[in-house]
Amino acid sequence: MDFNDSPEEAAYREKARAWLAENAAAHRAKWGEVKPNTPEHMAAAKDWQATKASAGYACITWPAAIGGGGGTPIQSVIFGQEETKAGLGYGYFTIGLGMCVPTVMAFADGETKKRFVGPAVRGEEIWCQLFSEPAGGSDVAALRTRAVKDGDEWVINGQKVWTTGAHYCDYGILLTRTDPDVPKHKGLTMFWIDMRDAAVECRPIHQMSGGREFNEVYFTDLRVKDSQRLGEVGDGWKVALVTLMNERLAVGGSAGPNYREIMKLARELSGVAGPALKDQSFRDKLADWYVQSEGLKFTRFRTMTALSRGQTPGPESSIGKIISANQLQELANTAVEMEDQYGVLVDPDQAPAEAAFQQSLMWAPGLRIAGGTDEILKNIIAERVLGLPGDVRVDKDVAFKDMPTGR
Amino acid sequence: MDFDYSDDQKFLKDEARKFLAAHCDVSVVRGVLDKPERAFDEKLWKGVAEQGWLGACIPEEFGGLGLGRVELCAIAEELGRAVAPIPFASTVYVLAEGIMAFGSDAQKASILPRVAAGELIGCLATSEGPGVVGPASLQCRVEGGKLSGTKIPVTDGDVAGVALVLASEGGRPGLFLVDLTGAGVTRETLKSLDPTRSVAKLTFAGAAAERVGDAGAGFEIVQAILDRAAVLLAFEQLGGADRCLEMAREYALGRYAFGRVIAGYQAIKHKLADMYVKNEVARSNAYYGAWALNDDAPELPIAASAARIAASEAFWFASKENIQVHGGMGFTWDVDCHLYYRRSRQLSLVAGAPKVWKERLVSQLEQKNAA
Repeated sequence: MDFNDSPEEAAYREKARAWLAENAAAHRAKWGEVKPNTPEHMAAAKDWQATKASAGYACITWPAAIGGGGGTPIQSVIFGQEETKAGLGYGYFTIGLGMCVPTVMAFADGETKKRFVGPAVRGEEIWCQLFSEPAGGSDVAALRTRAVKDGDEWVINGQKVWTTGAHYCDYGILLTRTDPDVPKHKGLTMFWIDMRDAAVECRPIHQMSGGREFNEVYFTDLRVKDSQRLGEVGDGWKVALVTLMNERLAVGGSAGPNYREIMKLARELSGVAGPALKDQSFRDKLADWYVQSEGLKFTRFRTMTALSRGQTPGPESSIGKIISANQLQELANTAVEMEDQYGVLVDPDQAPAEAAFQQSLMWAPGLRIAGGTDEILKNIIAERVLGLPGDVRVDKDVAFKDMPTGR
Repeated sequence: MDFDYSDDQKFLKDEARKFLAAHCDVSVVRGVLDKPERAFDEKLWKGVAEQGWLGACIPEEFGGLGLGRVELCAIAEELGRAVAPIPFASTVYVLAEGIMAFGSDAQKASILPRVAAGELIGCLATSEGPGVVGPASLQCRVEGGKLSGTKIPVTDGDVAGVALVLASEGGRPGLFLVDLTGAGVTRETLKSLDPTRSVAKLTFAGAAAERVGDAGAGFEIVQAILDRAAVLLAFEQLGGADRCLEMAREYALGRYAFGRVIAGYQAIKHKLADMYVKNEVARSNAYYGAWALNDDAPELPIAASAARIAASEAFWFASKENIQVHGGMGFTWDVDCHLYYRRSRQLSLVAGAPKVWKERLVSQLEQKNAA
């Protein structure tokens, strides 16, 4: 066990630091002037992504021949740590580069891969993942969006929901039902689609947090070529599983304020008797959060160690989001309670230090659901890690068209 | 960066597991549990000494194997898994580690070879009554090299040859090495929550006491020893917690209710998943602690606190929910769940309760962030 960098890792970190020192400051100054979720913010993010890609710091673990950094998972972690320290980091590319493009790489033909991978790495094109539907949340395979073959094309009709970033994305991977006469998992097919097609309509969802990161996406006679198919007809579930395995690695990183930020707040605010940091009930919680946060960090390091030894990370990484999402919710609530009466304010002008916690309080419920609910992730651990039986599935051998439906 | 046992360490761990499977099956544990007059299993103790585990980290010049601390962590994990009924922690994590870190050359030469050979059992005596031990509450006193007062409870105090005793000298706390077989020492074996680990009341009436480390530094020295012990105990707790999860899993996969195995019900699946999550958090924190201990890193106090808090929580949760999964059977003397439930409490209390470590952790974080 060694927490320190090996000489090679230390050299890489030194190089990354030097590069960031040279490039990050100018970018951060520019970025500091733009507001989140504006076209300017997006432009800044794309600019930073391109800068990273040109230096081999985007998609570090991908081969250099396709635009990646040709590096190791540990190098990727090291760069991420240094990038965070440098105060940079954008969420726009996480889903595309973490889930969609790897799926394209695994299932598309050579020409398609060549067309899409480079621009995605350079941040020129952004991808979204179109899986969830109103009728199938956790039960993804219950989706109803239909794709019907018409000559060399497919005609797609239906609706997706909870599509992160669909309103600014260029391309997406879309899971459809191509055969309703077989059980639900067997009749699915995956495609890549152009999000700018006129047959694709995107309606942002107004979330309880006030944000609009997610969307409903409607398809009305959307025509896609058969060459846009990823995997075999009817094999969409297998393709989706590749995406979902990658999802677990991509979702669940740093999600908002952590124990450090709440400690800072507790130092500044008055508590029940003396500074809030001296409240014993708070200190107990703080210790638990530290232990969980560091436990998660070291769990990620263990995954990296496994990767660097040539092992494949399994569904073990599901624990990350269960812990981080729940912790964010509890931590944010504690921070808000710490402010006492003032806790009701969300106005950043009145309460700049506190606003981040209020924002997290309203965002955390979504984090506990997105990318697999707590309950689904626990099922995954129980079934895939501990080898316990699957839940009873009454729809297992039923043709999709005969499945009972409700809300 | 490398966050796992090495291949050699894994081999050692596997060998330890095999040895304990052969020499410490549950009948050995129950042999001590059912006969309270037996404080530990002597045969297992002898075997463990022959394996070299008692001197694993003791330098070769003192008769040990001179291995690193991560190797000792691997052994500790297996001892915890087997709920081994031997005074290993008191002797190795506390006495040997304490003397190696703070003992004089003469103390090292006198203590370490005997520990490595399995000829000397140690113990740590700090508590004098219910509640957290503090500098102001110390009643045990050393005057002119003679110790007087009472320590209760002292884990392994009835079988140890020497004790490390926290006592006040000239109004300041010091740590003292006391020969428990000498004059002025009386011992009384007491009943405990975990009868597979014995505890005693030690009464000193002018017993010869030799200082370990600097005068007046007793509290700091004990804390430093406990930081080291906390990491090793965390591995024992982790081993125990893993075994509880395995037991619960095996039982749930074999027990039918309402026409199918109970392992298929979400209430049980999620309970086991919760155990798994806590165990992994404990494992990751324990690994960090192992690194800090092995490298004697300045991060040790924080890493040790985190390891202990996470491991105490994981073992407590796993041991209580293991009983729950077993249903009524889990509450019987005959099923082994209670061995782990008892041990989880013993390990959680023996080096200071989690609340003490939480406060220690937060104090450290305050200092770190103030700097």
